[in-house]
Amino acid sequence: MKETTTGLNRTGIKASPIDAGELLETLQMGPIDGIDAAAPPVTADQLRMSYRDSGDRVGSMPPPVTVKGLFGSAVQALSGNRLQVLLDKLGERAAYERSGTRLYDAALRRFAGLALPAGMSIEALSEIREEEARHFQLLAATIEDLGGDSTTQTPCADVTAVQGMGLMQALNDPRLTPAQALQTLLAAELIDVASWELLIELAEAFGLDEAVQRFGAALEAENRHLANVRGWLAAAIDEEAHGKAVATAP
Amino acid sequence: MSLSLADIKGCPLDRQRFTWRELVQRPISKLDADAFTRVRIILMNGLELEALRFQHAAARMNRELRLALARVRRVEHHQATAVNWLIGADHSPLETTIAYEQVAVEVTAAVAQREPDPYMAQTYRFGLLEDFDHLYRYTAMLDRLEGKDANNILQCYSDILPGRPTVVEHRAPEDDLRRPFDAATAAPLTKLHALTIMAAEQQTHNYYMNIGPLFSDPVARLLYAEIASIEEQHVTQYESIIDPDQTWMEQWLQHELMEVYGYYGCVQQESDPRIKALWERFLDYEMGQLAFVIDLFKQHERRDPQEVLPDRLPDPIPFASQRDFVRETLQSEVDLRANGTEYVGDAQDTPASRDYREHMNAEGSPTEAVADGYRWRPGTELGPPPPQAGF
Repeated sequence: MKETTTGLNRTGIKASPIDAGELLETLQMGPIDGIDAAAPPVTADQLRMSYRDSGDRVGSMPPPVTVKGLFGSAVQALSGNRLQVLLDKLGERAAYERSGTRLYDAALRRFAGLALPAGMSIEALSEIREEEARHFQLLAATIEDLGGDSTTQTPCADVTAVQGMGLMQALNDPRLTPAQALQTLLAAELIDVASWELLIELAEAFGLDEAVQRFGAALEAENRHLANVRGWLAAAIDEEAHGKAVATAP
Repeated sequence: MSLSLADIKGCPLDRQRFTWRELVQRPISKLDADAFTRVRIILMNGLELEALRFQHAAARMNRELRLALARVRRVEHHQATAVNWLIGADHSPLETTIAYEQVAVEVTAAVAQREPDPYMAQTYRFGLLEDFDHLYRYTAMLDRLEGKDANNILQCYSDILPGRPTVVEHRAPEDDLRRPFDAATAAPLTKLHALTIMAAEQQTHNYYMNIGPLFSDPVARLLYAEIASIEEQHVTQYESIIDPDQTWMEQWLQHELMEVYGYYGCVQQESDPRIKALWERFLDYEMGQLAFVIDLFKQHERRDPQEVLPDRLPDPIPFASQRDFVRETLQSEVDLRANGTEYVGDAQDTPASRDYREHMNAEGSPTEAVADGYRWRPGTELGPPPPQAGF
């Protein structure tokens, strides 16, 4: 197993004692034009506010285009519910689960043929991958049942994809150690669990009893994923820190 | 030790080949590699991209050179790929930006000290203080937006202080043009310096234009928009110091020589053996390309290439911290402005540049806003109290 090693990390100030001494002389310099001057007429926060207050959003939800969608929207509206909010959040979860499947594809590639932390197996990792894929299909089907279009990239789906870019970038870096890879999956699972819980609450408020039941099973699976990943990560860190033996993947 | 150009051979052009796997080698470690290895990678990518830019322009204007240009350009493109892909993906675009500005500061400062033509040296010092200021502004942005310390990229080699404030760097186009050297009389080093710095600046301009829109934060988008505009001015400035009366073939020859010179400097100074091997391979390739273009020059110009090439390559540009020189220049020349092709005190700034600047800054200055009251310290603004100098 590839672990973090001690080497020539050059980033800290103590890594360059001579150059650092010269650099730190700049801290002793008296008032410097351009630093110790009056605040600029327009501050960074004012610039940001001017964009925020433009009212722009990343995008919109499409209007219902099927009879089922029109009818569903009208029925929900009678109860004071805005169906497009639910469809947006379902779109978010669907996007996350589809990308999550790809995240686990990357994890499977990362761990294939390598020694694994105690308690971890490729089968268990594959099982999570398959469950993520099934969750995506469940969400896509739910969106279609409600008269939505499961191929739409909704605004919340777009934002969750931006959030996930860091996870994807990290996990696909072939230089990651097993513990670093599992730490990335842990972040993904923590978001997933909390988001499923919120989605179930929302679906309940819309009276979607059947969906709530299926989503409950999905949440159960996600909690299992979280527990597994957390346990494997703990073992990986323990092995790195204390040099314990590891199992070998088939 | 200088390199003789009397008997150029190098790797023949038709043997300069790659596989995709060779183009995409293992990146350097952001944490462990020496900052000057990254400086060399960025600079050489700039030289390769300049080679492509020049050769495309040449192809558009020279029917009879198109095939030869296409053949050399294919290799240049793949060299650029192999070099640029050495930067690891754990560099955020802002961190890479810090590295680009370190290139601009340290390489321009090294060039300014060795440049034999006093007017050219002044031009480099003028540009240096502007890029030095960009480094400070981007450092503030990196800390305040991402919570990161730019010194982890700079590795204590470069100071982080305001230079000539970017807010006053905006000039009317007529104040960005400089007097060109005369190719018939200019020292070989003057020509190599001018092309090298122009190459680095056009790369930086293109980089900022590509990554500016990647940021979600409006102030980061504004900051890149503002500094990219200065980089465009710098490309204009450094382009204008090059003799425009040189023929296309002569300029091509000078470009190839610049690349040989650049890789030669990298081979001489690289501390990472794996990267040094790449520099050696590409020096050999560039020698082959230079030999190829020397033959073309003889065919197309019917004159001796030795009329425009030196006998030996000058000593390479040193890749090392130029802290003392930068501080001295900052002390003595930060208030200089450009008036036409001349450098003047800030009182002689032109009305055209003042008008232009006032209009551009009328709704606020991103570079002023982002660095408001910012003073770098280790771990930076949110870090522990700074240690004392001499630690």
